[in-house]
This record gives sequence, C-alpha cells and structure tokens, in this order.
Amino acid sequence: MQHGRLLRKLLLLTLGMFAFAFALVPLYDVFCDVTGLNGKPSMKVAEQSEAIIDSRQVEVSFTTHSQGHAPFKVDAAQHFVSVQPGKLTDVKFIAKNISDSDRILQAIPSVSPGKAAKYLHKMACFCFDQQPMKGKEEVEFVLRFYVDTELPDDVEELTLSYTLFDITERVSQTQNVQLGQLVALKEF
Amino acid sequence: MSAIVEEHSNHGTPKGLQRWLFTTNHKDIGTLYLLFSLTMFLIGGAMAMVIRAELFQPGLQLVDPHFFNQMTTVHGLIMVFGAVMPAFTGLANWMIPMMIGAPDMALPRMNNWSFWILPFAFAILLMSLFLEGGGPAFGWTFYAPLSTTYSNDNTAFFVFSVHIMGISSIMGAINVIVTIVNLRAPGMTWMKLPLFVWTWLITAFLLIAVMPVLAGAVTMVLTDKFFGTSFFDAAGGGDPVMFQHIFWFFGHPEVYIMILPAFGIISTIVPTFSRKKLFGYASMVYATASIALLSFVVWAHHMFTTGMPLAGELFFMYATMLISVPTGVKVFNWVATMWRGAISFEVPMLFSIAFIVLFTIGGFSGLMLAITPADFQYHDTYFVVAHFHYVLVTGAVFSIMAAAYYWLPKWTGNMFDIKLAKLHFWLSLVSVNVLFFPMHFVGLAGMPRRIPDYALQFADFNAIISIGGFAFGLSQLLFVAVVYKCAKGGEQVPGKVWDGAEGLEWEVPSPAPYHTFSTPPEVK
Repeated sequence: MQHGRLLRKLLLLTLGMFAFAFALVPLYDVFCDVTGLNGKPSMKVAEQSEAIIDSRQVEVSFTTHSQGHAPFKVDAAQHFVSVQPGKLTDVKFIAKNISDSDRILQAIPSVSPGKAAKYLHKMACFCFDQQPMKGKEEVEFVLRFYVDTELPDDVEELTLSYTLFDITERVSQTQNVQLGQLVALKEF
Repeated sequence: MSAIVEEHSNHGTPKGLQRWLFTTNHKDIGTLYLLFSLTMFLIGGAMAMVIRAELFQPGLQLVDPHFFNQMTTVHGLIMVFGAVMPAFTGLANWMIPMMIGAPDMALPRMNNWSFWILPFAFAILLMSLFLEGGGPAFGWTFYAPLSTTYSNDNTAFFVFSVHIMGISSIMGAINVIVTIVNLRAPGMTWMKLPLFVWTWLITAFLLIAVMPVLAGAVTMVLTDKFFGTSFFDAAGGGDPVMFQHIFWFFGHPEVYIMILPAFGIISTIVPTFSRKKLFGYASMVYATASIALLSFVVWAHHMFTTGMPLAGELFFMYATMLISVPTGVKVFNWVATMWRGAISFEVPMLFSIAFIVLFTIGGFSGLMLAITPADFQYHDTYFVVAHFHYVLVTGAVFSIMAAAYYWLPKWTGNMFDIKLAKLHFWLSLVSVNVLFFPMHFVGLAGMPRRIPDYALQFADFNAIISIGGFAFGLSQLLFVAVVYKCAKGGEQVPGKVWDGAEGLEWEVPSPAPYHTFSTPPEVK
C-alpha cells in the first residue's frame, strides 16, 4: 500500500492551506489596493504631482471621530476645501488630548467613496506617525495633499475621514518604552 | 494482507478501559465518536435550554447578559464542532470501511489519536466557562474586535481548544481520503461507490481545505490579543473586516461539511425504503462536487452589510443562488426515488422524509437571505437563526438520527424499540417546528439574535418558541433511552436488517463482527 505517499500529499495540502490563511492578509490588502474596495488610502508619503488641471474643481471634506473612549479631539480648521486636481493644498488640524494623562494618538485615514481612495495623495500627514501628546496638550497638525489628475470624472466630492485611536497601551506593551520617553523625545 | 489481519484478530480484544483507550479498530472508534457526539449534543442542548429559559419572558430573569452570551457562543461551538462533526466522523469510521469492503481505516493509529484529542479540546472549552471572567462570549464566529480587544484572557483557552478540534478533524479527514482511495475492494470503481462514501470523500477534501484556515484565523486572534500583532486592529494598520473574510472563507465551506454527509445518508436510506434504485446516481455525485466547489466563492454573503461595493454584493448574491441548482437536483432526485416506489415508513425513513421537507424549508429561507437588499433587513435577526437551525437541526441532526436508526441494528445486532423510536420521531418533528418556525416571524418583525432581552411585542412568540425548545430538548432523552435499550438487548436481527437495503455492510452478520472483510469481497 502506498498510504505514505498520499498521506504526505494531504499533509502538505494541510500546511499549504494554513499558510494560505496568512497569505490572505497581504492578498486582501493587494486586492483592496487594486480595486479600491475598502477606501483605505496609502499611508506613504506621495510624490508631488506634475500636472494641475485648472478646469476642474473637486470638493474635499474632512471628518474625524474617536474610536471607543480614545480621549482625543481633532478638528480640521476648514471642514471642506475646493481643490483643483494636482494642486497641493494645506489643511490645518487642531488636535487636543482631553485627558489628564500622556497618551499616544494614531489616526487612521479612510476615503469615501472607496474608489477615490487611491487618487488622494498625502505628502504630509499626522497619520503617518504615532503622535504622543501630554495631558491636556493642544497641537496643530498640517495635512498636505493633492487629488490625482486621473480621478474619475463621476467623483465630484470626496470625504477624508480620520478615526482616532488611543494606542498608548499597545505601544507600551509591544515596544516596552516608557511613554514619558516618547513625549520627551518628541520635544527635542 | 489477509494473513496479517487474521493473526491480528487472534490476539483477543483488550478488556475494560484499555480496549477503548488504545483501540485502533474502526468500529470501536466509530462508537467512541458517536457516544462523544451524543454527550456533546446533550450538553449543547442544555445550554440551548438556558437560552430559551431566559428568553421565555422579556426582561432579564435567570442569567446575566454576560453569561447569556457565553451560552450562545459555547452552544454554537459545541453543536458545530462537538456534536454534528464528530457524529459524521463516527458514522464514517463505522460505515466507510464496511461499505467499500476494507478491513479497517487506512491509518488506524492516527484514527485513535484523532478521536482521543477531542475530549481534551472540549474539556478545555467547557472548563473556561468556570474560570474567573467566564468563557468565550463573542459568538461562535468570534468576530474581531470582540474576540481581540473586548474579550477576556480566557480567550487563549478558546483558541487552543479550536486548534485541537481542527487537528482532530483534519486527521479524521486525511484518514477518510486515504481509506477511500487505497482500500476499496476489487471491482469497487469510483462510480460504484455508495453515495455516503462519495459525499464523505468530498467533505474530507473540504475539511482539509478550510480547517487550516480556521486554525490560521484563531492564531491571528491569539497573536493580536496577546502578542501585539495587528492583523485585525485598524490602529496598527490591520482591518477588522478582513477577519470576517478569513472566517467566512472557512465558515461557508464548513456549513457544507455539516450537510454533505447528510445528503449521503439520505441518499442511502430513501432507496432502501422506497425499494428502488436511487434516481440519478451520477447527477448526485456531480451535484455534491459542484456544491463543494461553489462553497468557496460565496463566503461574503454572510457580510452583505459590511459595506461591500455593488459589484461584490451582486457577485456573491448570484453565486449563492447558483448553489440552489445542484441542491435542487438532489431534492428532486430523492423525490423521484420515492416516486412510485413501494414505500414503507420505518423510523429511518420517517426521519429522512422529514429531512427532505424541512431541509428544503431551510434552503428556501437561505435563498431569501441570499437576496442582498432583503438581507439588509434579515441580517442578524431571528430569521437567520430560524434558517440555520432548519438546515442544521432538521437537516444535519435529523440525518444523523436517521443514520443511527438505520444502522443501529447492524451495530448492536438488536432491533431498537420501534414504538419508543416512533414516539421520539413524532415528538421531535412537532416540537422542532414549534421551536424554529415562529423564529421566522419574530425575525422578520425585527427581533435581533444573541440578545438576552427583547421588545414586548415578541413576548408571545418567544414563549411558544421556548415551549417548543423544552419539548424538543426533552424528546432527545427518548433517543438516549432507545440507544441504551438497543445496546442492552432486543429482538435479534438478520445480516440484512432492512428488505430493500443494498450494500456490502448488509452482507456481514449483525452485529457486525469486530473484524470484517479481512479478505476483500469481490464487487461485480
């Protein structure tokens, strides 16, 4: 009987499917990237646009909300701006840690409609980094972005939404760093 | 090979506990699986009774909401992984070697392992209920972040127990495949395989394909919760919706794992008591295979309300509806088998006919749920609960009952108490519909699932549902009584227990000897 050979093949298939479960993680990101299904914009610094389309105006609005009990209040100075595709625009955000203790903020951007996500390019964003904030501290962030000239014509307005996470515990757990150090580091 | 087996059979069977602990005999292991599954069925049923007792009246009466959540979660886990799946594995162990003329399963020692790790898995899971903070309370689907951010540390026990369950069913599945591929009697060609064997072969491939994915999902939950990864945590760059994709990539084939062997059982029993050949054997095989293949491309119909784009919603809606075609083929084939047959209504046949009718009702509510815009209203209501209990209780569980009554005389050599068995059937049939049918109505009216309290207008229906629940639960004690009495004694039965039965298992005496087909039979 060649039970052994068939057994080995089936075990290999099992291991392969276990690996496939983990391969689904990058596959999911790639799939969403290509199709723009889940509105996740890039978290990398974009290159500057080479062209500007003067004849078109796109309305970009900004919203923020805290996830769970994250003690942050972040508001855009302008709730919406009208921009020409390709043109760099700066928008100020006022962020405040409303708790008394030192916390670390992580903002996660999301774009609606989802298919517009890959056409919104950020050259500077507070969401690129973890933002340690002292208790009651107020900070001003600048978002520098432009809308891609290739943005599909049927998209006339889009919304950039930030979800604010309190990642203080997660950071101190995984990196074993004292929060005070992080805040101090930032002040240098 | 026959010489080896003969020598083996002369050494005598170990007695007492050791016989069961060290056994590599497919019949012993099949019995162990079936008894384990029956125990889990009763434990999971007791949890369902707690749920129904709490829901008997609106308001919070008996248990606090956190405990209620543990009950819904562990009820689901136990019924899926502890009752239905081991019951099918037990039937596979008992019947597949006898149906294909093999002396035993191909990998008997692994067979012993795949059973004996199961009690540990469920001991861990049940034990976690008694630990401080309680057991898993995030639903059997353990959606992130409920199972990561918002769960207690006992989640680790849940994860390990699911790992062990997964390993057990993968080993069982590998054994089934190797047995069927390598140990068929001479002349038993693929298109002569009994349908129960065919459906199990396909189920085993589904198991190998998706149980590792479930293992991956629970591992990611474990590392997200305890080791700071962020597979499902948006703050760390992950995505909680991705959890649902990975889970349901496992979860949807899983529901077919729980129903394909049932199709095999019904396809075995209906011809016996209609005294006709099964109508459309080949189409049954192809339908089973196409259901299995389609099961991999429909998972997101569990996620219509997560904000998928229109194209995705449409694709998953049409793919889901497509599955009703091969399933319809099966239902029509069973009906055509009965058509103009000389039908007699023995207990296994009663359960099989009930299966065909009630499973089809569950299939229809499934079609309703598949309609994306309608699903937005049905999602997470009792309509869903009604749907999956129709396919899993009156589907899978009824088929297991049918199989137990069909082969019990072969296993024990005694006929069961037919009066008591018929009482069990009729009580179950009536009570199960009192239990689950009104759930459709409260669901359509908007009662959410997994909630310990509800709005006053649902009170009457819930009282009726609970009464049906208690009646159905208690009726199952009759099944325990029938099995016990049958194992103890009863009217002796011949090798071929049922007149119209066909297949190699009926050519050996009843009770089936400890070793069968030591010399392979010739299949013409």
